[in-house]
Amino acid sequence: MAKNISFTIKYWKQNGPKDKGHFDSHEMKNIPDDTSFLEMLDILNEELIEEGKEPFVFDHDCREGICGMCSLYINGTPHGKTERGATTCQLYMRRFNDGDTITVEPWRSAGFPVIKDCMVDRSAFDKIMQAGGYVSVRTGAPQDANAILIPKQNADEAMDCASCIGCGACVAACKNGSAMLFVSSKVSQLALLPQGRPEAAKRAKAMVAKMDELGFGNCTNTRACEAVCPKCETIANIARLNREFLKAKFAE
Amino acid sequence: MTTINSRIPEGPVAEKWSNYKAHQRLVNPKNKLKLDVIVVGTGLAGASAAASLGEMGFNVLNFCIQDSPRRAHSIAAQGGINAAKNYQNDGDSIYRLFYDTVKGGDYRAREANVYRLAEVSNSIIDQCVAQGVPFAREYGGLLANRSFGGAQVSRTFYAKGQTGQQLLLGAYSALSAQVQAGKVKLYTRYEMLDVVIIDGKARGIIAKNLVTGKLERFTANAVVIATGGYGNTYFLSTNAMGCNCSAAMSCYRKGAYFANPSYVQIHPTCIPVHGDKQSKLTLMSESLRNDGRIWVPKKLEDAKALQEGTKQGWDIPEEDRDYYLERRYPAFGNLVPRDVASRAAKERCDKGFGVNNTGLAVFLDFSESIQRLGIDIVRQRYGNLFDMYEEITDVNPGEKVKTVDGIDYYKPMMIFPAIHYTMGGIWVDYELQTSIPGLFAIGECNFSDHGANRLGASALMQGLADGYFVLPYTIQNYLADQSIWPRLSTDMPEFDEAEKAVDARIEKLMNIKGKRSVDSIHKELGHICWEYIGMGRTAEGLKEGIKKIEELRKEFDSNLFIPGTREGLNVELDKAVHLDDFLTMGKLIAYDALSRNESCGGHFREEYQTEEGEAKRDDENFFYVGCWEYQGSDEKEPTLIKEPLEYEAIKVQTRNYKN
Repeated sequence: MAKNISFTIKYWKQNGPKDKGHFDSHEMKNIPDDTSFLEMLDILNEELIEEGKEPFVFDHDCREGICGMCSLYINGTPHGKTERGATTCQLYMRRFNDGDTITVEPWRSAGFPVIKDCMVDRSAFDKIMQAGGYVSVRTGAPQDANAILIPKQNADEAMDCASCIGCGACVAACKNGSAMLFVSSKVSQLALLPQGRPEAAKRAKAMVAKMDELGFGNCTNTRACEAVCPKCETIANIARLNREFLKAKFAE
Repeated sequence: MTTINSRIPEGPVAEKWSNYKAHQRLVNPKNKLKLDVIVVGTGLAGASAAASLGEMGFNVLNFCIQDSPRRAHSIAAQGGINAAKNYQNDGDSIYRLFYDTVKGGDYRAREANVYRLAEVSNSIIDQCVAQGVPFAREYGGLLANRSFGGAQVSRTFYAKGQTGQQLLLGAYSALSAQVQAGKVKLYTRYEMLDVVIIDGKARGIIAKNLVTGKLERFTANAVVIATGGYGNTYFLSTNAMGCNCSAAMSCYRKGAYFANPSYVQIHPTCIPVHGDKQSKLTLMSESLRNDGRIWVPKKLEDAKALQEGTKQGWDIPEEDRDYYLERRYPAFGNLVPRDVASRAAKERCDKGFGVNNTGLAVFLDFSESIQRLGIDIVRQRYGNLFDMYEEITDVNPGEKVKTVDGIDYYKPMMIFPAIHYTMGGIWVDYELQTSIPGLFAIGECNFSDHGANRLGASALMQGLADGYFVLPYTIQNYLADQSIWPRLSTDMPEFDEAEKAVDARIEKLMNIKGKRSVDSIHKELGHICWEYIGMGRTAEGLKEGIKKIEELRKEFDSNLFIPGTREGLNVELDKAVHLDDFLTMGKLIAYDALSRNESCGGHFREEYQTEEGEAKRDDENFFYVGCWEYQGSDEKEPTLIKEPLEYEAIKVQTRNYKN
């Protein structure tokens, strides 16, 4: 059965990328612990609006862990702490205790400027994808889908890499602000499939170059990214990206 | 009286699409460079259309309300996508997929459109595989399939429980390639608020830059809306929080007919409502019904004990369980179509057999399949769904409680129907053009392919069919003679007028300065819609619902409070615009439901049912598409125009999933 908890929430307020920003706090009373974290923030906002204040702004959409929109840094961890990978929207209040102080911040990274409060601009990820995150195939009449057999193991592995939701938790967790886990997941997915092989080297190079250009840092193997990835992407992907990248360099 | 021309090509149903393509007008490559197309929405339909049009040479302006095209709610589709490949050699064919879709839609879809959908379904799978979509495969390397509700063949392709995600990322990657090539210009965090009509044709949109709060004007030779459905009218649904019907409503107000709004799909397997602070309902994929069995207790006293919490699901022995779908529909069992499964759950709960504290839930139990297949195989198939369920409810459906007389008892899931998908939408003809020339609607936001009920794994199919394989052809038939017109200036009076109207609307909302938040009013609308325009409708209830929505509209107009200003980002203002449109949408659903004196698919009128409680259609009087025409004001009742349905290839029958 659900029990109720009361706690203090400290949340980041920042009016645009140039504003310095500060924490506001609010006392939350008797919140049922089967409430989701974002529903708790809905309650916070209803209370703020009731007081005539502007609501706390954050990104969210599907609320079932797949769209990658939600992006909160909760008590020092992207998406908050759960046993298995989960996004902010899949975090429930039963993970917190009566009397806690819960701190909510935005992703903090040079690559993700703040738009307002905890809403950040992640269009850099789109730009990296545009640099090469695809197989160049036109809409039309490709060959039959079963014409190329793909061993189940490769298909499954590609699927795991393709599970990345582009939320940016990896960047937020990384002390270097690196986007390597994001980039390597896409590079890996396509490198593992025969359809993606012809452009594999070019893709790895183009996506890494774009990532560097947009101000994301380098990977120093601290593995902070994989620890917070809600879809459990691993740094094995980064190793694969490095291999593809080196191959591309040698080919030059 | 207005008559409707659905522009269905000549010839037998199986040849219509080939005939159409053979004779349609095309745009030559040079002229394509002079033509601009606005695509609003970046879900499966929008992204695939924008990418394909860009590849063909058109200049595409693509808009989405999220921070990235990849966030569109297509991403959340779990189960799969249908195609008539017949890879399993189980007797599937284009005709059978067509037939199942028409039958599943309770004979209220447009036959020619559905046939075309089935026809292009196979190309979608080929296209997606070529893009690198990692569909599930067998050990031999062939593509794997599973079965879904309403079908007796295995024709559903899937990528774990994340098929929508993988298909959308495929379309998004194709779109990204076109952005890189300079053929698509992307506008993220933009919301379309009006369509601009010049000389009777759609020639642009007014969109709000959600970050700056400024209204901006965009011109093009054609406008395509791919903005999804209106399920969030009910507040609680499986839709994403941002899903809304504002773009569609702006088209409707400008004269585009809105077809079959009462056809709303209620999905049978969602996690039940737990409290009044809940913001959305989470879907548990229909694929779970492949191996999960749905039941409630046979005895009322057991149900009562479950409701009071003195008993748990596993305390009810096998012989006291009523697997009501298997009992009522032996031929399809747990895999009956969604509308049938939802109503059967409601029927049991209405009779007092609900299994949770609200009495509004049934069990979905994996005990039998785990015992038969082993937990590893079951987890391989549904592991991510089990985890999701546990995260939300704190119950692990893969956890064994006990074994009695050789029967294993696992903790069952609890599920209940929830608003999921809207079959109704902006009316389109065979070319996916609305009743406004130059304005097209694709994906969930149009109405044509699913009739009164959509089968599982057909939404992804339709979205991608429209975007990759239908619209890129049919839009050329319209654009063929449009390149002679110069690119329009957005200083034209029609743009002025449209922007002023949007501006005045925002100003009005900001100036209400009442006391109530958007959400508090939206929740109330949701309750009204669920109660009176939901799963079981009556003439009396619908009239009451309309009255209540009108009262709520007054409350909205006089007592809404939006904090902050209209400059810059204002989430509450954006939500208020959506709610303004949901209020009108709610009434539109009710008008349509009230006019349709029959039960069919997702539209169930309690007055029209058989003795066994099955839906009773009235083909003599309601064999038509109900198209609603706006009458100049949200207060006025819209006018109903009928598009008669004509079936050549399929004999219209009573739907039967019993034998």
